[in-house]
Amino acid sequence: MTAAPLVTADQPVLQACALGLRLQGRPVVEQLSLPVQRHEMLGLIGPNGSGKSSLLRLLAGVIRPNEGQVLLQGQPLHKRGRRAIARELALVAQMAETQDAISVEDAVALGRTPWLSALQPFAAQDWEAVQQALDAVGMADRRHSAWHSLSGGERQRVHIARALAQQPGVLLLDEPCNHLDIHQQLSLMALIRSLPVTKVVALHDLNQALACDRLAVMQQGRLVALGRPEQVLDAALLAQVFRVEASALVDPWDGSRVLRFRPLSSS
Amino acid sequence: MMEATASARPSALRRPLHGAAWCLGAALALLLSVALGIAIGETALSPSLVLQVLANKLAGAHYAIDPISQGIVWNYRLPRALVAASCGAGLAVSGVILQSLLRNALAEPYLLGISAGASTGAVLVTVVGIGAGAISMTVGAFFGALCAFALVALLAHAAGSGGLRNSGQIVLAGIAGSQLFNALTSLIITKSGSAEQARGIMFWLLGSLSGVRWPDTVLTACIAITGLLLCLLHTRALDAFTFGSESAAALGVPVRRVQLVLLLAAALMTAVMVSIVGAIGFVGLVIPHAARMLVGVSHRRLVPASAMMGAVFLIAADVLSRTLIRGQVLPIGVITALVGAPVFAVILLQSQRRRG
Repeated sequence: MTAAPLVTADQPVLQACALGLRLQGRPVVEQLSLPVQRHEMLGLIGPNGSGKSSLLRLLAGVIRPNEGQVLLQGQPLHKRGRRAIARELALVAQMAETQDAISVEDAVALGRTPWLSALQPFAAQDWEAVQQALDAVGMADRRHSAWHSLSGGERQRVHIARALAQQPGVLLLDEPCNHLDIHQQLSLMALIRSLPVTKVVALHDLNQALACDRLAVMQQGRLVALGRPEQVLDAALLAQVFRVEASALVDPWDGSRVLRFRPLSSS
Repeated sequence: MMEATASARPSALRRPLHGAAWCLGAALALLLSVALGIAIGETALSPSLVLQVLANKLAGAHYAIDPISQGIVWNYRLPRALVAASCGAGLAVSGVILQSLLRNALAEPYLLGISAGASTGAVLVTVVGIGAGAISMTVGAFFGALCAFALVALLAHAAGSGGLRNSGQIVLAGIAGSQLFNALTSLIITKSGSAEQARGIMFWLLGSLSGVRWPDTVLTACIAITGLLLCLLHTRALDAFTFGSESAAALGVPVRRVQLVLLLAAALMTAVMVSIVGAIGFVGLVIPHAARMLVGVSHRRLVPASAMMGAVFLIAADVLSRTLIRGQVLPIGVITALVGAPVFAVILLQSQRRRG
């Protein structure tokens, strides 16, 4: 639908350029530059209040930065219309809730909003996109269930399905595993990893973060490290940013690396 | 196209028929209630007489009818029924807009103090003479409504987290706003108004359809239809607010513009209705919730259904207000409040349960 800009394969699909954001005079994001590569899963980690959510909202264009800009496919985000952005970029915010008595299908169908004009009815391709999104998150058989009957994990799956119904190239997720039990966390992370789009995921659990292709570490609104998980999560960074020390253990079941944390005794 | 969607979606085939049936039913109900609104009253008129008058006036027929009956139908009851229908529709649609945009099940022009602000604005223009005739009562009511809404929104925002979305805060702020503006209205009328105007205070506080004429009908109908059309153009955007304004923005909705246009529309509808019939409460609360039970939460169906049900409801409330006590006309706001207050309580209990 939108004219495809000329992009080379290695150009970042989404790029933060020297972003700065102040809320009520307080700097929340400072001088932050971050390239997101096509089809990678980029984990965004950092302690509470380090600006992960704000960065995701800036990347999604939901809030405008005070300084710098976001490039989507090489084009400044603020030069595109809201609808054009929403066709390429979807945001799954932290535990968005509603009091409305909607069904799973209604919630997912909202994802078609950027593709439809005010009075245009749903066409076959829209229902197909909804169906595919429901299939992708494994909620197709619950399509007529009421929103309020769903568990936290199921609601999060429906939010992801709504984002997928936007048919975006980039998916931004803000702590998708918050408040979920361990089974739901693991299956949700497996689902997110399997999605064939570019993903930027804010995460709390550093062991979950190990499964990302790259990690961006934030501290007090700044990007302090960027790279492959095993390179980034070294002892110095864990001590400086997260104020923990860690032992890397190997799970004998499958040989994967696991971190076990202890609070820094000195502070 | 129908066949293509039907396989992917079994209910898709049923829905258009469903919709058409609802539209037809709603239109019939509206016509029937207008007819009944005309026929029922102090002087009961037969439906055939009502139809004959309408045929004389609208279709140029020449039935011989006693001019008094003709006058009652054409000059009193028909405009009254039409104003009731317009006000009911306008207030119900305002309620839908406020509930959707503020993400608050209890949002409604009357409870948020918007109606009270509109009363104060209208009274300032008519009684005190602000604007020296240059601005009409309706314009005064519009600015009063905007002031009240701004005040209540600021108060709710300042009162803490959740701001406009927090049911408790905004209803409390609305109570404060209503009380303040109702007190101002009383003060202005008592201080500046004549004895007759002082008696008219009941009109502003409780609402009344007594004395509406054709020009009022034209104004209220135009505003209600404009507001309804504006809202119908934004049904998809209103749906996108289901998970809040940030989620709507992420879905590509121009949030600020939609909020501005629709909140102004709600304020305008409320202001016009209040300047013509006074502050009628709870219509914007009861009707959208009843409509949701019938047609669901999708605004494509909810908005027209609310408008229709609001129209029918207020005509019925007007008939009741004229007939409940023989020889006396109750303020219509008394009827709507008698229905609305219990509904308010039910919604409060329900939303508490959902959160818990």
